[in-house]
Amino acid sequence: MADLSIDFCGIKSPNPFWLASAPPANSGPQIMRAFDAGWGGAVWKTLGDPVTNVTSRFWSNDYGNTRMMGLNNIELITDRPLEVNLKEMYEVKKRYPKNTIIASLMVETKENWKEIIKRAEDTGCDGLELNFGCPHGMCERGMGSAVGQEPKVLEEITRWAMEYAKTPVIIKLTPNTGDINEPGEAAARGGAPAISLINTIKSLLGVDLDRMVPNPRVGTQSTNGGYCGPAVKPIALYMMSQLAKNPATKHMAISGIGGISNWRDAAEFIALGATSVQVCTAVMHYGYRIVEDMIEGLSDFLDSKGMKSVSELRGQAVGAYAEWGELDLNYNLKARINPDTCIGCNLCTVACMDGAHQCILIPGRTHEEHVKAGHTHIPAVIPEVPVKAAGAVGRFLPVIDDVECVGCNLCHLVCPVPGTITMQEVAGTIGHHETWNDRVAQGRDINPGAMESTLKKRGLAK
Amino acid sequence: MHPLPVLPSGRLEQRFSEKKPAYSAPEAVTEANRCLYCVDAPCIKACPTGIDIPNFIHKISTGNTTGAARTILKENILGASCARVCPVEVLCAGACVYNAWGREPIAIGRLQRFATETTLTSRSLETLMAPRKQPSGKTVAIIGAGPASIAAAGLLALEGHKSVIFERKLVPGGLNTLGIAPYKQSADQALQEIAWVFSLGDIELKSGVEVVAGSAGKGQVSAGTLLSDYDAVFLGLGLGPDSGLGVDGEHGEGVWGAVDLIERIKADPKLTLEHVKRALVIGGGNTALDIAHELKLLGIDDVAMVYRRSEADMSGYEHELAHARESGVRLVENRALTKLQRDASGKLISVTLSHTENGKPVVGGEEQLSAELVALAIGQATATEVVKAFAGVALDKKGRVVVDAATHRTGNDKVWSGGDCVNGGKEVVNAVQEAKIAVRDIVRALGGK
Repeated sequence: MADLSIDFCGIKSPNPFWLASAPPANSGPQIMRAFDAGWGGAVWKTLGDPVTNVTSRFWSNDYGNTRMMGLNNIELITDRPLEVNLKEMYEVKKRYPKNTIIASLMVETKENWKEIIKRAEDTGCDGLELNFGCPHGMCERGMGSAVGQEPKVLEEITRWAMEYAKTPVIIKLTPNTGDINEPGEAAARGGAPAISLINTIKSLLGVDLDRMVPNPRVGTQSTNGGYCGPAVKPIALYMMSQLAKNPATKHMAISGIGGISNWRDAAEFIALGATSVQVCTAVMHYGYRIVEDMIEGLSDFLDSKGMKSVSELRGQAVGAYAEWGELDLNYNLKARINPDTCIGCNLCTVACMDGAHQCILIPGRTHEEHVKAGHTHIPAVIPEVPVKAAGAVGRFLPVIDDVECVGCNLCHLVCPVPGTITMQEVAGTIGHHETWNDRVAQGRDINPGAMESTLKKRGLAK
Repeated sequence: MHPLPVLPSGRLEQRFSEKKPAYSAPEAVTEANRCLYCVDAPCIKACPTGIDIPNFIHKISTGNTTGAARTILKENILGASCARVCPVEVLCAGACVYNAWGREPIAIGRLQRFATETTLTSRSLETLMAPRKQPSGKTVAIIGAGPASIAAAGLLALEGHKSVIFERKLVPGGLNTLGIAPYKQSADQALQEIAWVFSLGDIELKSGVEVVAGSAGKGQVSAGTLLSDYDAVFLGLGLGPDSGLGVDGEHGEGVWGAVDLIERIKADPKLTLEHVKRALVIGGGNTALDIAHELKLLGIDDVAMVYRRSEADMSGYEHELAHARESGVRLVENRALTKLQRDASGKLISVTLSHTENGKPVVGGEEQLSAELVALAIGQATATEVVKAFAGVALDKKGRVVVDAATHRTGNDKVWSGGDCVNGGKEVVNAVQEAKIAVRDIVRALGGK
């Protein structure tokens, strides 16, 4: 069994799975139930001067039959008295000494920061997370993402915290910024040993078309909120790995956040540089119990890869995350369709015809019909291979025209039967590496069909 | 418009519950979201009327229920009926690509029912199918008020042509009203759909009127009058009465034609089956399966289908046999009913079944068993007599009206035909498609476009 315990800039945790600072980590009784379920740590719902929250607070972005692909919330930081939260934090830490408790903090003035850091650390918590990410409600009061969007302010408050704190300080970053490197580097300059990202994305979830009010509705109005859940995972992965690669920030421990719902998501974040991961929406959807699969799945995965600890996985995929200009222009894939499992839905065909490169043909059509369908290149032979799946009588396997196929993956992605469309490497296309950057360096970065003005500028005009 | 009849209460049909109840909106959307939205979809090809099924299902999934109904009704004006009565297992749903993946096919019939019923209960067919053509001043005589005729009348109305429907019975709709198994569709539901079609206007129903060859008496109209007084004639005659076996004791109490018995179950409040302990259904087709299933669901202890060949030879659908068996219907293969016994008062008391070989009774192995009801589901006669009154209209050897497949025009330039009288007895959806083809050609012939 692989070792799942982590050392997060000095903070020890039995596993990398932490509850994010959010409704699932709102109170001591909740967090104790989460620890009983197996969660390694919890970032307490943000402390500060208590707020008044509104009704309603959440709205969901559903996709087809999938509920809560994305979640939007307009709930603010804790609305409970500071004293109550601190007392519970103390109690929980005493009863669960091995689990990690991080106090999330958001206040305004230097004096505020000094006071709250002291009082939080007095509970025995393991670290502090400075909430510079919340993009709704609090930012309008000059806190949360208002700080995360101003690198100088972020750096200054980080310095204050580093001055007052005895425990490790984590800077929680907002994705609502043009370049995540700027706040990330500011956190590093401020001396923070760790960052966590992403906080939620500023969003307006949708409109109730009968009432003409956006959702979630508060009476006759709504407001913008923070978007999270599985839909934001790709954005989080991108931003997090930017900072995992950045020479100015890569020394910091990273707590990855954004749409993590299972062990596989967690493994991906860790492979791109996270030491711990934080979960909110999946718990709001399915409860604390999901951590069982996360622990078991990650452990078995590490075993299957011969890794002895979660730290061996950390950052494994960072090196392969390159800039576009470093990609190999000679690498080549062609789509292949399995006649044994194809059910003849032709979704690959329409996707390729209208959304890609018109290289999948439906057999049995005349030359004219292929032309009418929109093909510009029609192979001399279009084999009529019957689909073999029982019940698919009379249907033919769609035909890939290798001449036109650019290996884009789209057909593979839309195919409803997993494993039916695969992407096959064209033999010999690995190892003849040529990148756009190479071409630029060699002055071969002008393709046929370039604009006159470009040719002129490069001295290539006739 | 002629007011449609309201059926009396106390009919046996009213005791049945629906086998496939209507979806609620969330149920429909959830099922619609399962649809893969295939291209060149096999379900479309399997639909005799060619409804763009993935398209209407996609519209349901987005909440565009009205658009879904329009997509359906554009191809099949009786889409509400067909949603309930189509054997989707062997048509659209049977062709669903999910079958090839070992998954439950999309419940296309139930989704179609949701879209059409939801929409037509809240808005008229006319506003849904707008714009309709300007009145042409032409009128078409339609003989029979079965599904082919109702579809033809509706489509003609959308094209600006009037029609007058002549129906022998007092209740319109033909087998769609009076012959569908009650757990699939009630007579009231069928009449509701006719009301939706008739709301287009320009459709007159003359019920209780028989078309005759010679001069017309009371309650009759002559074929000659129809040919001379109308701009075109559409024959939607359906089929004739149930065929008999030609065995001793066949005529009398306790022996029913299956189609006749189904009609009584659906429309006659006086029918009672309380005395029946054992019912035998003779035949192996879908009508036999329907009546056997209905009798079992009405609570008769023992219902057995008697078929002269083996199960593999049955023309009835496999899924219908499976459903009937689930309800407790027995199948007795390779037997034929060869004799019936009655008591002194003429009451049916028992029957004699003989073993068969190659479908023919053989001597030896007869058995007698008590039975209080026998339903004969061995086919229906064709309605040949009326047809002969229309000069030029020919019948084939099986008594079916001969038409040109591309136009459904008969040998008489002014006469078109469709439905069971042409195809020998198929589904409602086939009748609608044939009416569609005929109306397209009638419109062309009447000078429209």
